[in-house]
Amino acid sequence: MIDIFAKHAGLRASYDGLTATSPRNPFEVVIERPVSASVGIIEGRETLLFGTNNYLGLSQSKKAIEAAVETAETMGVGTTGSRIANGTFGLHRKLEARLAEFFRRKHCMVFSTGYQANLGTISALVNKDDVLLLDADSHASIYDGAKLSGAQVIRFRHNDPVDLEKRLARLKDHPGAKLIVAEGIYSMTGNVAPLDKFVDIKTRHGAYLMADEAHSFGVMGAHGRGVAEVQGCEDGIDFVVGTFSKSLGTVGGYCVTDHDGVDLMRLCSRPYMFTASLPPEIIAATMAALEDMQEHPELRTKLRDNAARLHSGLQKAGLKTGEHVSPVVAVTLETVDQAVAFWNALLENGVYVNLSLPPATPDNRPLLRCSVMAAHSPEEIDHAVTVFAEVARYFGL
Amino acid sequence: MTDSITDISAMIIEKLLANPKVPRDIDGNSKIVEDLAFDSLAVMNFVMEIEDELDVSVPLDKLADIRTINDLAACLLTLKAAQA
Repeated sequence: MIDIFAKHAGLRASYDGLTATSPRNPFEVVIERPVSASVGIIEGRETLLFGTNNYLGLSQSKKAIEAAVETAETMGVGTTGSRIANGTFGLHRKLEARLAEFFRRKHCMVFSTGYQANLGTISALVNKDDVLLLDADSHASIYDGAKLSGAQVIRFRHNDPVDLEKRLARLKDHPGAKLIVAEGIYSMTGNVAPLDKFVDIKTRHGAYLMADEAHSFGVMGAHGRGVAEVQGCEDGIDFVVGTFSKSLGTVGGYCVTDHDGVDLMRLCSRPYMFTASLPPEIIAATMAALEDMQEHPELRTKLRDNAARLHSGLQKAGLKTGEHVSPVVAVTLETVDQAVAFWNALLENGVYVNLSLPPATPDNRPLLRCSVMAAHSPEEIDHAVTVFAEVARYFGL
Repeated sequence: MTDSITDISAMIIEKLLANPKVPRDIDGNSKIVEDLAFDSLAVMNFVMEIEDELDVSVPLDKLADIRTINDLAACLLTLKAAQA
């Protein structure tokens, strides 16, 4: 009998190598419970959370908690079905209308996760006769959506409009539709995409543009509509995809657009159809969090100040961060061993960040990825910077 | 010159050898993943460099069938011919 796991021998060797030298398994961190948005109990200790993507701290929104409790009590805890069968409640339609209004778009589709929003949108929009042009550093959900679509996939250099244009020019005689996919903020590095430049290019080459604003929704722009709002190019983005599991603190994903064809997407998007819809209490909490976000624009100002404080603090401590100031601040290290030791020392000193390893990172280098929150106090940020600096000194970096 | 598999293979090998981590004894029959120890991301990033050299774009699904340097050269030659 062939060992079905034999193909994972390489992965097993890397995993064993990593866990043998690390005092704890970086993939099995347990947050025993959150104490607040910025503090959780890990290994029995109060730990500062700098790796949760909970940008506005709304996972702990009182308004969202109350909405979830009330809805669970009146409607139950699940829909037990697909959106196109028994899984659409009035609440789902209401949330879609609210999001469409928020983004000033005609249509909105809500998916059960952000991952499925990318998978379901991309795979419904293009097929084997079409071409997808993906930023090379795209999230796994975009690559997986591309695979599910069957379209030809061409990568362009990360955040590089010149390279994108060169590749579109090579496709000038291709008869299929062309869909460009970029992210507002890149999840690993915090880099911000030049969406305005991509809009200009897609218009000249007759292509469509989809922007994944998962990490920028609620975070960037005067109203929180993302990088496209900041860059004043929303009208040129055909499809905006995002998630509720970051700035809104719940779970689920969406696609908003002005294209009327989206109604047919509901009937051909497999990740939309062949899964249970979001439970009513999650929809209610998401709507309440959206209201919270709209009523408190000062959260975004605080988040921006906090992001700048962490970014400049880490740079002053001599650590290598990206050039963009965004709520994702990643410290780049040279070797995996170095990153694992650094990450363990941070945790032991009460600071939790994400350990991100190649090949999930660009340039084959490991990252200590921090995500900043509006809920962090200046003192918490300064403390995290001090711990980073002390650990770096200890390791001679 | 990039008008035959041999020419393109030679160009690919020259580019690969610019990376000190790549074994010195590679040839057209060397397997990209096994012999060069490239992971999936490294393969995609390396192909980007070659694409610029030949002014072609290699769709990702084509990479799935490529095992050796000569396979990559043949794929690039076909794409270049189709584009001409």
